[in-house]
Amino acid sequence: MSTTGILIAAVAKILFVLLVVVGAFAPALVWAERRQSAMMQDRVGPHRAGIPLPKGVVAMLDGLRAPLRAGAYLSWFGMFLAVALLAILLLFREEPVLFGLEAKVYYIAIPVLGLLGLVSMAGYKAHTKIVEGGGTITLLGLLHPLADALKMIWKEDFMPPKADKFLFSIAPIITLIPAIASFAVIPFADVLYLDYWDAHIPFSTDPATLESAVVPLQIASLNVGILFIFAVAGTGIIGAAVGGYASDNKYSLMGGIRAASQMVSYEVALGLTIVPCFMLYNTLRLEEMAAYQSENFWGIVYPPLWIPFILYLTCAIAETKRIPFDAPEGESELVGGYLTEYSGMKFGMFFTGEFVEVVVLSALATVLFFGGWDIPFLTHGGFDLPFDWEIAIPGTNWVLEDQIPMAHWGVLAIQVGGFLAKIVVFVWFQLMVRWSLPRFRYDQIMALCWKGVLPLALINILIMALWILGLS
Amino acid sequence: MFETYLPVFLMIGVASAVALGMFLATTLAGPKKPSPEKNLPYESGSNTTGANHIRLSVKFYLTAILFVVFDIEAVFLYPWGGMFRDLGWFGFVEMLLFLVILGVTLVYAWKKGALEWEK
Repeated sequence: MSTTGILIAAVAKILFVLLVVVGAFAPALVWAERRQSAMMQDRVGPHRAGIPLPKGVVAMLDGLRAPLRAGAYLSWFGMFLAVALLAILLLFREEPVLFGLEAKVYYIAIPVLGLLGLVSMAGYKAHTKIVEGGGTITLLGLLHPLADALKMIWKEDFMPPKADKFLFSIAPIITLIPAIASFAVIPFADVLYLDYWDAHIPFSTDPATLESAVVPLQIASLNVGILFIFAVAGTGIIGAAVGGYASDNKYSLMGGIRAASQMVSYEVALGLTIVPCFMLYNTLRLEEMAAYQSENFWGIVYPPLWIPFILYLTCAIAETKRIPFDAPEGESELVGGYLTEYSGMKFGMFFTGEFVEVVVLSALATVLFFGGWDIPFLTHGGFDLPFDWEIAIPGTNWVLEDQIPMAHWGVLAIQVGGFLAKIVVFVWFQLMVRWSLPRFRYDQIMALCWKGVLPLALINILIMALWILGLS
Repeated sequence: MFETYLPVFLMIGVASAVALGMFLATTLAGPKKPSPEKNLPYESGSNTTGANHIRLSVKFYLTAILFVVFDIEAVFLYPWGGMFRDLGWFGFVEMLLFLVILGVTLVYAWKKGALEWEK
């Protein structure tokens, strides 16, 4: 591929990652965290920010209430009728004609009718909620993070008079850049064969033999791979330390030094816990790791990776300085830690950096232990189930086979979706931990790292080595 | 070589642009209304005493030194782990020696009390 082609592909991929990670994932994570914590603490949670509608529109919506309600209840009733029809059809499937219509018609019409019932009922409920809420669209509070970001930009931009002005300003920037940049080597799907993007690649064809321009679906395919993530993410530590040092505040200084000490400790542990993964996949490239797991089994299936996985999750939470490892910013000891003197979007940048880091570490957990973009039985040609299936759907001439052919772009889209879904699971796990556990004492945090995780990680490397050598 | 790393530089550039954009937005849009009380170092309402750059426990520096030792170990382990299957038993014994030496370092630091925070 030419340099121009690489450049265009890189820009497209960077925009995609930025849109998904910074534009959608980080705000959605903030929302989910608040929502989840509100549920766990029996509070209302974020739901107040919304888009107010003009008075005329509200009055018009109010007038629509009666017909909407009638329609909703009618289609709700229709849904039950549809289910009853489906039951009748299944009971008398030797007689595929009902009311003079063939069964095939019902198989399409009934789900559509059911969906219509659900949608109209939901629409009616939403309408009621909007009208009763004074004409404001709240969307479950999903607009809350957006409102927060806007608010933070217009908040007072405070700088302590005796602070080191340059370091104080640059610290949030140093935190945010590496968090976003470390996404550069994470693969989010299998390679794209550009000339075949809308074609179906047959199951029997080895995609490597295709003559086509190849676009790896990761921003940069580096031979150092995972080392890049640690090199770049390590820079983020400087942000917290410098921010605390430059703030001219005792709490900030203590928070900053705690953050630096904790993060460097857990960086070592994090780096060592995942060495067994490289040994198993025999590569440092993340895309090759995902490909290995796609061809064999997901990493988590191999017993020597069970303990490293638990250690990895522990280190990941400690590395992002979240509860129960949030001693650097523990409000009951240090006010806000190194964030104490920060306000407005500068505080928001630390905040965003932390959340982006959570997403990055979740993505890394996915690639290292849960197959990355791999979805079981999904090959380059579509789903290829290991059974010998040929199930005829009753009443129709359709046959469900064990091979479901799909277009190349469809396969890749499912892989991207699967990858994002796995990230969501890990992110959700981390925020569940955050709202379930109390904070550790600082000496406990450090002891856990140096006396617990680190020796265990070293032993795991030896176990993995013996496991591989013993099997070969 | 250049073409491999081009997207990385591009990504770092875009990340810098996002960070700088956020920074500039709040610097330009945020109001600045300093007052004598606001300018004091925030300590939950009580007046600050002494210098703000307090002395810190030597443990933090010890941790930093240990970090350098063990992070370099991790860097050595990465390429080794990446081609472990090709090296076989030879690579295993070589790295075992290295790990034992570092294990002794960890035990030494442990026994010397470098990992104790309670005292």
